[in-house]
Amino acid sequence: MTDNHIHTITKKVKLADSIYLMDVKAPRVAAHCYPGQFIILIADEKGERIPLTICDYDREEGTVTIVFQALGGSTKLLAEYEVGEAFRDFTGPLGQRSELVNMASEELSKMKILFVAGGVGTAPVYPQMKWMKENGYDADCIIGARNKELIILEDQMKEYAKNVFITTDDGSYGMKGNVNEAIKHLINEKKQHYDLIVAIGPMIMMKYVCILTKELGIRTIVSMNPIMVDGTGMCGACRLTIGDEIKFACVDGPEFDGHLVNFDEAMKRLSMYKTKEGKQKLREREGDTHHHKGCECHNE
Amino acid sequence: MDVLKKVPIKEQDPGVRVRNFDEVCLGYDIDEAVAEATRCIQCKNPKCVKGCPVAIDIPGFIHEIVNKDISKAFQVINKYSALPAICGRVCPQESQCEQVCIRGIKGDPVSIGKLERYVADWARENNIRPEAPSKKNGIKVAIIGSGPAGLTCAREMAELGYDVTIFEALHEPGGVLVYGIPEFRLPKEAVVRPEIENVKAMGVKIETNVIVGKSVTIDELMDEEDFKAVFIGTGAGLPNFMGIPGENANGVFSANEYLTRSNLMKAFDDSYDTPIITGDKLAVVGGGNVAMDAARTAKRLGADVTIVYRRSEAELPARTEEVHHAKEEGIHFQLLTNPKEILVDENGWVKGMRCVRMELGEEDRSGRRRPVEIENSKFILELDTVIMSLGTSPNPLISSTTKGLKSNKYGCIVADEATGVTSREGVFAGGDAVTGAATVILAMGAGKSAAEAMDKYLRDLQK
Ligand SMILES: Cc1cc2nc3c(=O)[nH]c(=O)nc-3n(C[C@H](O)[C@H](O)[C@H](O)COP(=O)(O)OP(=O)(O)OC[C@H]3O[C@@H](n4cnc5c(N)ncnc54)[C@H](O)[C@@H]3O)c2cc1C
Ligand SMILES: Cc1cc2nc3c(=O)[nH]c(=O)nc-3n(C[C@H](O)[C@H](O)[C@H](O)COP(=O)(O)OP(=O)(O)OC[C@H]3O[C@@H](n4cnc5c(N)ncnc54)[C@H](O)[C@@H]3O)c2cc1C
Ligand code: SF4
Ligand code: SF4
Ligand code: FES
Repeated sequence: MTDNHIHTITKKVKLADSIYLMDVKAPRVAAHCYPGQFIILIADEKGERIPLTICDYDREEGTVTIVFQALGGSTKLLAEYEVGEAFRDFTGPLGQRSELVNMASEELSKMKILFVAGGVGTAPVYPQMKWMKENGYDADCIIGARNKELIILEDQMKEYAKNVFITTDDGSYGMKGNVNEAIKHLINEKKQHYDLIVAIGPMIMMKYVCILTKELGIRTIVSMNPIMVDGTGMCGACRLTIGDEIKFACVDGPEFDGHLVNFDEAMKRLSMYKTKEGKQKLREREGDTHHHKGCECHNE
Repeated sequence: MDVLKKVPIKEQDPGVRVRNFDEVCLGYDIDEAVAEATRCIQCKNPKCVKGCPVAIDIPGFIHEIVNKDISKAFQVINKYSALPAICGRVCPQESQCEQVCIRGIKGDPVSIGKLERYVADWARENNIRPEAPSKKNGIKVAIIGSGPAGLTCAREMAELGYDVTIFEALHEPGGVLVYGIPEFRLPKEAVVRPEIENVKAMGVKIETNVIVGKSVTIDELMDEEDFKAVFIGTGAGLPNFMGIPGENANGVFSANEYLTRSNLMKAFDDSYDTPIITGDKLAVVGGGNVAMDAARTAKRLGADVTIVYRRSEAELPARTEEVHHAKEEGIHFQLLTNPKEILVDENGWVKGMRCVRMELGEEDRSGRRRPVEIENSKFILELDTVIMSLGTSPNPLISSTTKGLKSNKYGCIVADEATGVTSREGVFAGGDAVTGAATVILAMGAGKSAAEAMDKYLRDLQK
């Protein structure tokens, strides 16, 4: 525990089955963070260091918002925490700011950007979307999930995005199909043009989005979530192959040019410690997202 | 008793200790300590003191052991070192104080480290704590990093009356002492934590989970939080890899990751959540202290362990004592061997390592014989886990986020060796962040001299 700050939970909302949002007191992080960065928290004395994206922040209140999916042992434990309780440790902001935040404004205002959010990946897209709007830029967004129940932060996204397109694998909400089908629909049917795509979600989703956008010739930024320990560049657990270089996601990323990422290697590495229950849930979450049937998109 | 020989030290039996994480070396008892202490001839011009980077009055404290006044012996040591129980355990004494001990000319040198450890352990067990300074000057100084360099600088500054805050990136203070060096060489709860508590008892505040450069910058600390001077002791934590094919396979770890999981995150203890992969057949690539620590940790976790090193035994950079302990514990050595490729199975996991045999050729500039590949000597080691222990370099985070702070091409912060003065006014640096990976006691020495220079700088400011 730090000597000066107690990381109390000030808000908790269940967004969907096993997906939770929490606001946590962390003044130093709140004062310095930007979209694209992440934190590491340790729940209790025996907990592991869990990396989570910064989903929102309130500099005045000194709070940071996190959204997580309770999958395996450690994330399930997080879900048991209630408002008023505190995490043992909470540190950040880690990683680089989103490329968008660093871009020159003339460049940004000329660009047409599409965000693609997959499942719990909507959480890291949200602060970028919000940042765009607050700085006067328009952007579109696709939110994809397995079914209606797993679509999160829809209202919040609608507040900041110019257009939000929802797609579900089973068609229970929005279009029916995966995010790639939605991207193709927007470009081919709706005649939209995009200069840049920011895709954040399960690695398998990002991989397939990148295969598609490479074909389409649209530059794509992804946010990688490999296994991490310290998050400060000390252990190398988070290393990825980007083009022909080795990069540490925690200090060089987590955002990278998606067309350079070796996703197959990254996915194998991510499975290194998967628990049985985590694996099962992941299969449920990611398994069917990438069947390549023809486009059956419905309009919203 | 043969005065030419050290009083032998008790150790856990190798067969037993490979199945636990308890300390290997059991230390002296009072009689043994006194017997060893009497071997010191109390040199008028003690060479040993010059061999110690913090210049502990060695004959002085040894004299008190002979008198059986251990409390007084502690007071002597405490004047020079904040971390004696740690140094007594991990200092490479054989190349420092003990190397130059006069006793060593004919026979064994005095076991200075083991005596220091005895005194520090006794003081801790008898709750003898250094006293907090009575005078405070209220001037704020910030220390970045809580390894031996930072802890030492902090304590020295607190003693001089400054208002000291340490900022530490990780959730536990101690640097390599807590995340790197294993429990069986340096117990965390029993030894490291109490010595850090002693530093806190001097009035030093420690704020963990603050990554300077990210959570706050040095400029902000100085401009907005009113810190008048800063010491950077951020170590050299960035692990190197070989760049051979297969190095990103599942089952390949840096020594830092492996040791951090086991030490800092306590993965060896099942009641902690952090996982660690044990492996059945594991190789550690490298021959330094870090490699020995990783190998001995993996052995305790149940793996069959081989050290792979490209030069011969004589060139192993690890301390002789560590190599000896590793051998006793049944760790195999593949010397004059260099990995070329890590072989990967269809699921992405390590299945072996293709190596070549080496021979020693001509001396290079450092005077070491350069290893050269023997033609047609390829062979495969069957393995499921590989730990890369190829050294570390300083993390560029601080130098890249602090205005006017120079670093060299290796990423080391440029600082004056004797004073820690950097290119940025009011900012001092020392330890591994400046020298690259070195030793605990050298880091402490740097923290100490930087404190002296910092104090002078701050007093000049007041004028
Ligand atoms: C930069 C970054 C941002 C992230 N942001 C979010 C987010 O906003 N919301 C969210 O739900 N998840 C996020 N994750 C993923 C999240 O950290 C992991 O899902 C979580 O650590 C896995 O814990 P689990 O208990 O569910 O274990 P399981 O998924 O069952 O995995 C088993 C074990 O594998 C290890 N492990 C697996 N993935 C990781 C990982 N990424 N880092 C460290 N250890 C891991 C852990 O030891 C874990 O106990 C992010 C990851 C990174 C690296
Ligand atoms: C496995 C291993 C075994 C070793 N064994 C021995 C031994 O037996 N004997 C010996 O003498 N030496 C040994 N060493 C070397 C010795 O531990 C180091 O030389 C020594 O710890 C260096 O001290 P330091 O204070 O400079 O840095 P460190 O101990 O590395 O401490 C630096 C601290 O700064 C923190 N930090 C880094 N960046 C930031 C930031 N931006 N903001 C805030 N905090 C930050 C780090 O988290 C860390 O806690 C060993 C090293 C390793 C890795
Ligand atoms: S601190 Fe290290 S070098 Fe100095 S006397 Fe003790 S063991 Fe020797
Ligand atoms: S050099 Fe050796 S014998 Fe002489 S004072 Fe030092 S420890 Fe004692
Ligand atoms: S998480 Fe350890 S280096 Fe990135």
